[in-house]
Amino acid sequence: MNSSSKVLDFVRKYTMIIALVLVTVFFTVQTGGKLVLPSNVNNLIAQNAYVFVLATGMLLCILTGGNIDLSVGSIVCFVGALSAVFMINAKIDPVLAVLLCFLIGTVIGAWQAFWIAYVRIPPFIVTLSGMLIFRGLSNVVLKNGMTISVSKKTGFMSVFGGGANCYFPDYIGDRMADVKVPKFIYDIYPGLPPESKFNITCLVATVLAIVIFVTMTVLNRKKRQKKEYEVEKFVPWCIKLVVISLAVAAFGFSLSMHKGIPSVLLIILGVVIIYSYITSNTRVGRYFYAVGGNEKATKLSGINTNKVYFLAYTNMGLLSALAGLITVARLTTATAQSGQSYEMDAIASCFIGGASAYGGIGTVPGVIIGALLMGVINLGMNTMKVDQNMQQVVKGLVLLAAVIFDVVSKRGGKLIAKNT
Amino acid sequence: MANYLLEMRSITKTFPGVKALDNVNLQVEEGEIHALVGENGAGKSTLMKVLSGIHPFGSYDGQILYKGKECHFTGTKDSEREGIVIIHQELALVPYMTIGENMFLGNEQGSAYKINWNETYAKGNKYLRIVGLSESSQTLIKDIGVGKQQLVEIAKALAKNAKLLILDEPTSSLNETESKHLLDLLLKFKEQGMTSIIISHKLNEVSYVADKITVIRDGMTIETLTKGEDDCSEARIIRGMVGRELTDRFPKRESNIGDVCFEVRNWNAYHPIYSERKIVDNVSFNVRKGEVLGISGLMGAGRTELAMSIFGKSYGDNITGTIIKDGKEIHLHSVEAAIRNKIAYVTEDRKGNGLILSNAIKTNTTLANLKEICNRGIIDKDKEYKVAVEYKEKLRTKTPSVEQLVGNLSGGNQQKVLLAKWMFAKPDILILDEPTRGIDVGAKYEIYCIINQLVSEGTSVIMISSEMPELLGMCDRIYVMSEGKFVGELDGQEATQEKIMAMIISADDGSHLVDDLEADSEKTNEEEVVSE
Repeated sequence: MNSSSKVLDFVRKYTMIIALVLVTVFFTVQTGGKLVLPSNVNNLIAQNAYVFVLATGMLLCILTGGNIDLSVGSIVCFVGALSAVFMINAKIDPVLAVLLCFLIGTVIGAWQAFWIAYVRIPPFIVTLSGMLIFRGLSNVVLKNGMTISVSKKTGFMSVFGGGANCYFPDYIGDRMADVKVPKFIYDIYPGLPPESKFNITCLVATVLAIVIFVTMTVLNRKKRQKKEYEVEKFVPWCIKLVVISLAVAAFGFSLSMHKGIPSVLLIILGVVIIYSYITSNTRVGRYFYAVGGNEKATKLSGINTNKVYFLAYTNMGLLSALAGLITVARLTTATAQSGQSYEMDAIASCFIGGASAYGGIGTVPGVIIGALLMGVINLGMNTMKVDQNMQQVVKGLVLLAAVIFDVVSKRGGKLIAKNT
Repeated sequence: MANYLLEMRSITKTFPGVKALDNVNLQVEEGEIHALVGENGAGKSTLMKVLSGIHPFGSYDGQILYKGKECHFTGTKDSEREGIVIIHQELALVPYMTIGENMFLGNEQGSAYKINWNETYAKGNKYLRIVGLSESSQTLIKDIGVGKQQLVEIAKALAKNAKLLILDEPTSSLNETESKHLLDLLLKFKEQGMTSIIISHKLNEVSYVADKITVIRDGMTIETLTKGEDDCSEARIIRGMVGRELTDRFPKRESNIGDVCFEVRNWNAYHPIYSERKIVDNVSFNVRKGEVLGISGLMGAGRTELAMSIFGKSYGDNITGTIIKDGKEIHLHSVEAAIRNKIAYVTEDRKGNGLILSNAIKTNTTLANLKEICNRGIIDKDKEYKVAVEYKEKLRTKTPSVEQLVGNLSGGNQQKVLLAKWMFAKPDILILDEPTRGIDVGAKYEIYCIINQLVSEGTSVIMISSEMPELLGMCDRIYVMSEGKFVGELDGQEATQEKIMAMIISADDGSHLVDDLEADSEKTNEEEVVSE
């Protein structure tokens, strides 16, 4: 391989990460550093929590063959409304209410999944109908436009990332003297509020996360070498390890200067880790890729493809319920307008994150990168006070560009498809 | 020297790994019906695709002279402008459009901004009458039968001002009366000066209509027979089609055949869409342990359908019959059940139905038997990797790593991955459907070696192939299938291509000789048969 094709290969493999870095640098410069202020890093997570959760579920649907779920925004709204009705109007215990919401989300998912998987109604139609049904039902539940505030349910709020106190408690920091942010940091972050102090638990967690990550990666490499499996070349592997560790460090350090670990970050991490594991390490996960790659071959390999579709859409209902709870907590109220066009954010993140529009290709980490990219663009443009309408134009172009890049690079770089 | 309407000179066409056409020459005189015959995969269809521009100028070597001028077709539009129209074996009609709309699809009457529907349907009706159909051109295609659809295709060709009509297996889906009607139509057109090239397996039809017969074998023109000058009997044509030497293209094997371990009795299956069409018709057969059993027949004989209907009812409707394995009756209602009962089916279409091209070799290898490498639903990636490497080495798949995407492999290596996948399912009965289609001679030999290895370990192999030499070289026993029925059984030693062809052709004629043969060979089964 010559050097120019090596570069091309590298660009193709890490396109979206490179894009994410470039976009971040661009907005950091344009906003005079405001973008990377600790409070903004925190916002990036809090504002986009629902996207991470929904995009992960959407990935499974897209994997099965480029099928999307249009109903998630409405389900988010409906389940959110129900949670408020349960907790406030019916005065049900929040834990029970949350469990009920998960159950209802799953049942809604299963309802749609049944028509898609077993009756083979096109997903587009079924979920379009779901989009209408659950938007309508949200209005019914909220008795025509009523809003219900959940801000009094503090436990619920802090778990699902809403209100002022939605951070992981600083158990360690509370038991020791405050650690002030040193002077030189203010030179790097001119916009940092004065008298900032570190959240010690967050710092410790960051260090722990990096240590665990590095140890596991090193051990895994050792194991593979011992068994004489293929391993990545040492230098690129090292660079990757260092880059990821630095990114985590910067991220954790940033958060520690704000208010610490947002509780919703823990939810996102949980979802991402669980679904990454399912998609890459379990039999069921393998089936999603197989169905999307070649459904006929999968059937002829003795796999019940109906079940695979059923799982994908049922799971989408479950994760929509989770996103619904997160949304209600963040807005502190349930309204019949929430969740609008959330499905589009999720779908866009998947495609930007490298999922194939034909199914069978895509990873959870990829999708998270896609969601982050969209999130950074949003945050950056908001900070720059770009007109809302132009923001939509930009996001639309980014989505189109990402998918064009995917399709064209797969065709070996030819822009125009053959007419045969 | 006669005046040729069409001359194809030393056409050579190579696909990756295969030479499909090798210096083929074809000369067609104006106003004649010229038949192209040859075995499946001999290169007939490829030759016609070169002629019609589907394989565009530049993708092949050689010259095409039409009306004395050299032609450089880059697509069917070009060849159709010259009046060369090809009618493919698979009908290319849109079911929910009317006959008229179909007829002028891509050739719409009127202007680009306003289709002239009156003219469309008037002209449509005119051409329908020419081909002898009384339907209105406003009828939907889905509402007329396959036989009539074939005639619509011809009418469509006429509407394009065809001077040279190419028909690829036009009668393969027609019954006898419909076929006769179509052939007579060709003869009528001939009187009016139309030139036709017909590709057909049905030699009786060829002898009936053709003025000249060109035989193609292994991508080469063997001979051209002229009616009235040469002997054009079916036996003569068959000799031309199959006459090739069998050198040691097949590895030797020590046969170690045991008892009958798998038996299918009175197997019937119907077409999944046209539910009145019987695709597999009362088929009974058995396989012994360690045996290679061949199923021979022409394309469309129902071999794949038979295999798939047995393999967990993955094809066909209203399937009836009995399957007995190791002396016990088994019911295979799903592919999963078939795999559980140690039956594997390696599909004919490796890209379409067999492999997941966007996945790695290792993922494909383990897909049909993920349980083996899983622990409570969690994949043991170490084990998966080991398995993939083991089979890669066993089958000598040429690839830098098992992480490689299957889509990047050559046909022969893809076939090996597909075989690996089903070998890893550890079957007792391995059904191979066209296991060497489209792969080069070297890879074929390697696959034959793998088959020998498997049977020596006690696996029974059922091999479906359109390449007769392959069946003759590999099989201990061969069943001959034609039009959904088993029409004969031959011992591997005594089978010859002529015998097989004769069985197929006499079955096509509706001769009852074959029924007797079948009755003889299946006598033991007949006694136990309970009719459906």
